[in-house]
Parts: sequence; C-alpha cells; structure tokens
Amino acid sequence: MTDNEKNKPLEKKERMKIPRQKMPEQDAKERIRNFKEVPHGLTPELAMIEARRCLACPKPPCIGGCPVEVNIPEFIRLVTEGDFVAAARVIKRTNALPAICGRVCPQEEQCEKVCILTKKYNSVGIGNLERFVADFERERGEIEIPQLPPPTGKKVAIVGAGPAGLTVAADLAQMGHKVVIYEALHKAGGVLIYGIPEFRLPKAIVASEVDYLRKLGVEIYTSYVIGKLDTVDELFEQGFNAVFVGTGAGLPNFMQIDGENLNGIYSSNEFLTRSNLMAGYDFPNYDTPIFAGENVAVLGGGNTAMDSVRTSLRLGAMNAYIVYRRSRNEMPARKEEIHHAEQEGVQFMFLTNPIRYIGDDNGWVKGMECVKMELGEPDASGRRRPVEMKGSNFILPVDTVVVAVGNSSNPLIPQTTPGLKTNKWGNIEVDPKTQMTSRPGVFAGGDIVTGGATVILAAGAGKVAARAIHKYVMGIPFDEPAKEEAKVK
Amino acid sequence: MFRIVDKKELCEKIHRFRIEVPRLVEKAKAGQFVILRQHDRGERVPMSIGGLDKKNGLLTVVIQEVGKTSGSMNRMKTGDSFADVVGPLGMSSHVEKFGHCVCIGGGVGIPPIYPIAQALKEAGNQVTTIIGARSKSLLIYEEELTSASHRLLISTDDGSYGTHGFVTTVLQNLLDAGEKVDMVISIGPVPMMKAVVASTRLPKIKTFVSLNPIMVDGTGMCGACRVTVGGKTKFACVDGPDFDGHEVDFDEMTKRLKMYAKYEKIAYERFLHEGCRVADQIKQL
Ligand SMILES: Cc1cc2nc3c(=O)[nH]c(=O)nc-3n(C[C@H](O)[C@H](O)[C@H](O)COP(=O)(O)OP(=O)(O)OC[C@H]3O[C@@H](n4cnc5c(N)ncnc54)[C@H](O)[C@@H]3O)c2cc1C
Ligand SMILES: Cc1cc2nc3c(=O)[nH]c(=O)nc-3n(C[C@H](O)[C@H](O)[C@H](O)COP(=O)(O)OP(=O)(O)OC[C@H]3O[C@@H](n4cnc5c(N)ncnc54)[C@H](O)[C@@H]3O)c2cc1C
Ligand code: FES
Repeated sequence: MTDNEKNKPLEKKERMKIPRQKMPEQDAKERIRNFKEVPHGLTPELAMIEARRCLACPKPPCIGGCPVEVNIPEFIRLVTEGDFVAAARVIKRTNALPAICGRVCPQEEQCEKVCILTKKYNSVGIGNLERFVADFERERGEIEIPQLPPPTGKKVAIVGAGPAGLTVAADLAQMGHKVVIYEALHKAGGVLIYGIPEFRLPKAIVASEVDYLRKLGVEIYTSYVIGKLDTVDELFEQGFNAVFVGTGAGLPNFMQIDGENLNGIYSSNEFLTRSNLMAGYDFPNYDTPIFAGENVAVLGGGNTAMDSVRTSLRLGAMNAYIVYRRSRNEMPARKEEIHHAEQEGVQFMFLTNPIRYIGDDNGWVKGMECVKMELGEPDASGRRRPVEMKGSNFILPVDTVVVAVGNSSNPLIPQTTPGLKTNKWGNIEVDPKTQMTSRPGVFAGGDIVTGGATVILAAGAGKVAARAIHKYVMGIPFDEPAKEEAKVK
Repeated sequence: MFRIVDKKELCEKIHRFRIEVPRLVEKAKAGQFVILRQHDRGERVPMSIGGLDKKNGLLTVVIQEVGKTSGSMNRMKTGDSFADVVGPLGMSSHVEKFGHCVCIGGGVGIPPIYPIAQALKEAGNQVTTIIGARSKSLLIYEEELTSASHRLLISTDDGSYGTHGFVTTVLQNLLDAGEKVDMVISIGPVPMMKAVVASTRLPKIKTFVSLNPIMVDGTGMCGACRVTVGGKTKFACVDGPDFDGHEVDFDEMTKRLKMYAKYEKIAYERFLHEGCRVADQIKQL
C-alpha cells in the first residue's frame, strides 16, 4: 500500500471488504515452552488497516458496550491517521489502564459484540487496537503526567491495589486529593499481578501503570494488611477523610469432596500466585517452588481455569485437562483464551464432575473419580443445570489438580469494621450510584462488591466511587454535579 | 526495608533477630506470626513472634536454618534489612483466666511460647513452662522463660540438663503426680505436639497447638495452609495458627509439609555449594 492509498477515504463497501486483521502470535508449539506473551501485538501497518474497517457509525453502539464508555470511534479515527499517541490519550480520558484492558477485557462480550460489523464481517478488533496504541505510547516513552490541580488538603485511604483501587487512586490524585494505597501483598496490582499469567499480561506493564500512579503523587504501602495493622476506623483516626475498600474476591472455593487436602491439589489462587507473583516458574532463580506433574486436571471453565491449565503446560505437564461440569457453550472463559488453550493442546472434558480424590501412601493425589453429567432444566443462572449420570463413574489418573471453581470475598475488612453491611455471600453492600457502603465515608468497589467479575467492571466501579468520594470529602451533596468533575480524565 | 537492629546466634543453626517494625509491634499480640521476605527474589516465609519490645518498636523472631531461605536469612547481619515484614498475621492465642496453664515449647517453638506465657501470667494464671532440646547446648530462651513463668521445667533428650527425656516425659510426670492442669499450649515440631495431645487426651485437658503448615500469602487468599481440624478444612493463617490439639489431623499435616521436599533439597544444596548445575538436576526430577 502506498501512502496515497493509505490515506484515501474509503467507501463503506470497501471498508467492509477488508478482512479483520489477525494478531501475529507465538506459535503454539514454541510458546508452551516459555512464559513470554502469546500475541505479539499489531504492527503499525496492521493497526492502520484494521482501523480502516471501522464504519464510523453516526450513533456508535460500541461506546455503550464499554463499561467505561471509551470514545472508540474517535480513537480509531486517530489510528487511521497514524496519530497513535493521540489515540492512546483519547482512551485514557476514561480508562486509566488501556494496556491492561486491551489485553484482558472480554471485548467479544462488550464493545465488539455490539459493533455493526459483528454479524456479517467480524467486528473491528477494538481490543487489539487499544492494546496497540497503549503499547505504542508506553514504548515510545510518551506517557504524559498531567498537570495536577492545587492540593485540596483532603486525604483518602485505599485498601487493595487491584484495578478498582488503582483507578480510584488515579482519579482522586488528579482531583488534587492526597491518596495513600495499602496493599497486603508485596507488589501492587491485585489479580493483575498475582493471578493473570505473564504470557497473557506481562508484569512489566502492570508495574508501569503502578509507576504512573506514583508519579501522580500516590503513596503506596505494600505488605500492609488493613484489618491487621490498621483497621478502617483507625485510618479515620489518622486523619483520612474517606476510605475506599477494593480488596477483591480473594478467598478460594473448594468443592468439599473427599481427599481435597492431598498433596498436589492446589487452589487456582495458590497455583497462580506461586507462578506469577513469586515467579515459581523461574525456580531456583527465584526461591518459591511450584509443582506441576505429568497429568494435570484443572477444575472449572472460567478465565482462571484457562490460565491455570495453560500455566501447567508451560511448567511441563504432558496431559493437561480442563474438567468442566457443563458443556462448551456454558464456559465463562473468554473465547480467545479457550481457543489459545486448544491450540496449545489442552484436553477438554466437558460434562464431567469430580466426586473424590484418591491418594497414594505418601499423601499425594494419584487419581480423581469423576462422573459424567447431562444438562437438565435451566437453573437460577439461566444455564441448564448439570445432572449426574448414574453409573458413569470413571477414574482419571492425575498427579496435580488445580481447583478453579470460583472465589469468595475475604472477610477480613467486614470482620474488623463495625457496621459495614455485607450480603449473604459476604460481599460488601453499596449504593450503586455512589459506591458508598452502610458506613458513611467508607466506599467499596470491584470484586469485593460484585463477586468475581472483570477488570473493566472493577475499574468502572472505581470511577463511580472516585467521583462520589470527591463530593463526600469536599462536602458537595451527592445529587449535585461537582464542578471539578469535568477535570477527571 | 526493615532493619535488623540486633542479631545473635543462640545456638547452632538458630539465630535471633530484633527488627525495627514499630507499627506492627504496637498491634501484635502473643500467638500471632509475621511473614518475612529477605529480598526481591525471595520466598515469603512465616515466622512466629518470639518477643515484642513495645517501647522500642522491636520485633523478635528466631529462625532455624532448615533450608535455603532460612539459611540465607541466618547469614544476615546487624544493620542488614529484610525487604518485607508483613503482619501481625493470624489470631492471637487464647488468653484468659484458665487457672493452671502449662506452656510447652520445643526447638524454635520455644520463642513464641515466651510472649504467650507472659500474657497468660499477666491474665492471672499460674504458669508452668516446659521446654526441651536434644542437649544442653541447643537449649534456648531459658532466661526469658524463667522470668515469664512461675516455674520452668527443662528436659534434654541426652540427659545433659534437666530431666532426661522429652517435654512429654516432664508433662506426664506432672500429671502422674496428680497436679491439676487446666490448659496446655504446645508449640514445636509436629511429633512433639502430637505426643503432647496424646498425653492430655484421656485426662481431657484443653490443649492448644500452634500449627505451621506451608504458607504463601498468609491472609487467607491461597489455601496453601489448609489443615483438617475436627474433620473440617481450616486455613491456618486466618483461622489459626492455634487450634484445639485434640481435633487436629497431624498425619495429614506432616505429609503436606513434605510437598516440596524434592525442590527444597535442590535449592538448599545449591545454596550450600554454590555453582552446582541446578538446572540439570531439576530436569531429572
Ligand atoms: C486468574 C484470573 C484470571 C482473570 N482473567 C480475567 C480476564 O482475562 N479479563 C478480565 O476482565 N478479568 C479477569 N479476571 C477477573 C479480574 O481480574 C477481577 O475481576 C479484578 O482483578 C477485580 O479487581 P479488584 O480491584 O476488585 O480486586 P483484585 O484484583 O482482587 O485486587 C484486590 C487487592 O486487594 C488486596 N487486599 C485484599 N485484602 C486486603 C487488606 N485487608 N489490606 C490490604 N490489601 C488487601 C489484595 O492483595 C489484592 O491485591 C481474572 C481473575 C483471575 C483470578
Ligand atoms: C505460623 C508459622 C510460624 C513459624 N514460625 C517459625 C519460627 O518462629 N522459626 C522458624 O525457624 N520457623 C518457623 N516456621 C517455619 C518456617 O516458616 C520454615 O522453616 C521456613 O519457611 C523454611 O524455609 P526454607 O526455604 O529455609 O526451607 P525449605 O527448604 O523451603 O523447607 C524446609 C521445610 O520447612 C517447611 N516449610 C517450607 N516452606 C514453608 C512455608 N512457607 N511455611 C511453613 N513451613 C515451610 C517444610 O516443612 C519444609 O519441608 C513457622 C511456620 C509457620 C507456618
Ligand atoms: S497461606 Fe494462603 S491461605 Fe493461608
């Protein structure tokens, strides 16, 4: 394509003829032997071609499909013009974590699902483009630190440095408030750093977004467990004007079946934390060991299960199974992850449920008794309920099992904060308009409120909370628009 | 970074550290623990609180070299710093007025007995402490525990000091002599705790043990520290570390503690003789 051709305005029909550009990626055989990122990212060339597929709809549905309402057509237009940095800044007006969201958002369920092209031609690769411009900006060192308003003299404490907490921090810092983050682990990032593997989200990217916060003047204390070192009430006593709780859903669920405490049986949280946060895959260069045997079964069908099973392959598993009690259609994991797992040789056992583990004399798991399931009537979730098929029992030989059947909320903050209302699942109750809890001045958002959800929903809750916290500390009634709000990027 | 203000070898392979962590020390209670990380590639290792100097903001931990990380920590010097000290973690020990309490410590289980004995004494209990070691030269914390308890009894496996035998020999002697014991708390190697529980089962004496399963985060997030207590799965880092000893499945815990033995051996050997071909060894696993 010559420069001339590139810049020529295209007719709608011509645009629709361009096929969706494929993301170049590491070959499956190669990548299961390393922890490097799987997709290489679009080249500037590919990005510009992909961007030209956008029809620039007059009433773009994609914006409404994005939980933080990124101005998608606008940033894509800037990509067609080759102004990638400007494109990145358009996204950053409403999303502080574009390099992360471009990689891990379930776009096919959000912006790309409602794209006009979706039905007939495959949607525009919005996520891939988002990732491209964010990477471009970062790699060129073009990240801009906005001019901060004069300090308001108000102080806000944030508990938990996951996407929810980080978003609140970024927004409040840009409104002139003093922000301090307290994080229980020794690194900030929440699930982004301990859960999602390096091959899907390089930790350097999370570190760079965290670094950006520090540049905005946010103080971050790691290895600081709120509820143990300071309680929420003590934070107020220390002079904080508001507290945001973004502690996530970090309490692993087990299935309560026989033999679950045998050696070799992990929660996905432990398995992924050992591998990611502690860099166990690089043992003994790092000190924390991790074990993945020859026959690894991962229980569950979500992103966490896909991440665990793909990690197990990279740690050397010969047979890596996904054991899921429903069918393929009900799997909650992102399509791309399922697809990548398949390419890498993961074996899927659908409509299968474990009922007991069998151990050897040294307490190691050596087998898992399973039953086949069939789908019955729809249950409360609207999905067809799996029912056991009598007499279909069989034993799967395994030496490692990763239980990835969901997480519950950590009770530490509710237990140590009198008057903080939670629902029957232990999630903190908030007013959805403000994210304020039953305790005035205490706000919450992300997985601790919704239960395990997504990065962008956590960030979205963080944005709502930041606006409300601003009003709260400045003494502006919640139903009154705040003048300063416009400044929030 | 958390500075070591004072460091001392108590006996072979056991070192005592006093670390500056004022806020943690202010909040910490007897029976809780901390997690230490030496440096950026380091492992998170749980260590019991072996003393709290609230006036100077100093935390005492006593570390026994059993592998690479503990070995490498014990080579640190006064003035060096830990990258992380997280805590206080876990629940504090049950301290109330029981009557006559017997605190039993073995090995590096002795230091955490010290703040617990102190607290029990302050709560108005009569405190007998029993500590044991293989031989006299390996006995630690004698002085501290003399002041923290009404009576200190000592056993050595080789008979070089105190009663010849185990801490349980001393406990059994007390019980046989008809002493009334209202509560026992025992911290030490798993076989020791298991033996203590065996002695107190029949006389139905309330017995707490402090469990030390493998941990990662220490905040209830990972589930590595699962133990079976009374037939139910508990997370030692948040539900414990103290549990009703009569309910604990010690055999399961013993097996779980060996989960990484193969890896630990390699890391330790490499640490002791640096430069050996570790990567090759791992492939052979
Ligand atoms: C393995 C895995 C893969 C996933 N993949 C995807 C994906 O591809 N796309 C997607 O959109 N979503 C994905 N998710 C979901 C997504 O990561 C979460 O919805 C999101 O991280 C929630 O953000 P959060 O800020 O609420 O909490 P978290 O990310 O859980 O962060 C909470 C933080 O709070 C800290 N904390 C907890 N208690 C305390 C305390 N008492 N004091 C101080 N700090 C505390 C924790 O250590 C943690 O760092 C995945 C989740 C997992 C587990
Ligand atoms: C609540 C609690 C309090 C503890 N208090 C003390 C203490 O006061 N002093 C002391 O010397 N030790 C204490 N320990 C044990 C200490 O954490 C381990 O000895 C240490 O982690 C070993 O690390 P390593 O790399 O040197 O040894 P490794 O070579 O990794 O392991 C050697 C053995 O130590 C045990 N171990 C390994 N990793 C852990 C881990 N993360 N958590 C628990 N045990 C592990 C296992 O039995 C293992 O086989 C405590 C453990 C717990 C859970
Ligand atoms: S150490 Fe992770 S849950 Fe206890």
